[in-house]
Amino acid sequence: MTAKVITITSGKGGVGKTTITANLGTAIASIGQKVVCIDADIGLRNLDVVLGLENRIVYDLVDVVEGRCRLRQAMIKDKRNPDLFLIPAAQTRDKSAISPTDMIRLCNELRELADWIFIDSPAGIERGFRNAIAPADIVIVVTNPEISAIRDADRIIGIIEAEEKGPAKLIINRINPAMIRRGEMIAIEDIVELLAIELIGIVPEDEKVIVSTNKGFPISLDEKSLAGRSIRNIAHRIYGEDIPFANLESNGNLFTRITSFIRSSRGEK
Amino acid sequence: MTNLISRLFKNNPRSGKVAKERLQMVLIHDRTNFTNNMLELLKDDLIATISRHIDIDPSSVKIEMNSTGRQQRLIADIPLKQSKRKLR
Repeated sequence: MTAKVITITSGKGGVGKTTITANLGTAIASIGQKVVCIDADIGLRNLDVVLGLENRIVYDLVDVVEGRCRLRQAMIKDKRNPDLFLIPAAQTRDKSAISPTDMIRLCNELRELADWIFIDSPAGIERGFRNAIAPADIVIVVTNPEISAIRDADRIIGIIEAEEKGPAKLIINRINPAMIRRGEMIAIEDIVELLAIELIGIVPEDEKVIVSTNKGFPISLDEKSLAGRSIRNIAHRIYGEDIPFANLESNGNLFTRITSFIRSSRGEK
Repeated sequence: MTNLISRLFKNNPRSGKVAKERLQMVLIHDRTNFTNNMLELLKDDLIATISRHIDIDPSSVKIEMNSTGRQQRLIADIPLKQSKRKLR
């Protein structure tokens, strides 16, 4: 096993990084791949609650780095899927507790134990973000169709390139198709044109995300949820399957229109 | 209501397009660390330098930032004045 390391980041906080990380990890593990999710947001951990694993934490990322436990002891096995693991962030420390070199060393050890490593980056462009992208093979930038989120995404994309971790890939989260139709939300193709990186997924705004997070049940396990389906499709794309955007949300629902900017969507099922 | 009427008659752009246009400007400045003010100064310098060599009409000089993908470009359009010799 030699895992690929994928870091999820955004610049701006609150755009859905943790939800996307938890659900991409869950969805790829559901394919039968061995996945480790690392919460790199030291001091503000949340990946544990989104995955519903907050009661199982004994050791954390900083404990591993500082040698208080072995790597395997800090890997919490998911309740539902034995192929999914979480390494939680420390809650009582801060970002300076670990360095980019620590993260690279930790991931190199982990690569032998898994197929995929997903790192949930903290917001911002400081140490925590640098820690999160240091070991990355692929960096995914999450944004919302909102002026401040897009601007911050652009900043982070520039830094990722400067760090030679680019080109980053883009997920646009919390799209409101009705608002796009009215012209009151910046269009997907405009965001892609402005940021000029490859789009690997679009996720609609979906109330069910809050409901599922309330329960600690990842939305990607919900067959009926549109957001869940969108994230499952991104997971399959990362896994290497060629899933056209047309298939993504065009099964006769409101997403047909917003995906119609991709020419191939017309006439496809 | 007034909003709707003004939109119908004045061809007011929707907020989605406004956002895109504003972002275009902001991103160029963020990426290049180059402000509109600096662009004006550059334009004045450019006009002064070029005028020492050839006749131009300062009022028709256009200089702007443009981007293709993540590559920024400075585009200058400097129309020359008609040569007096040719007019005679």
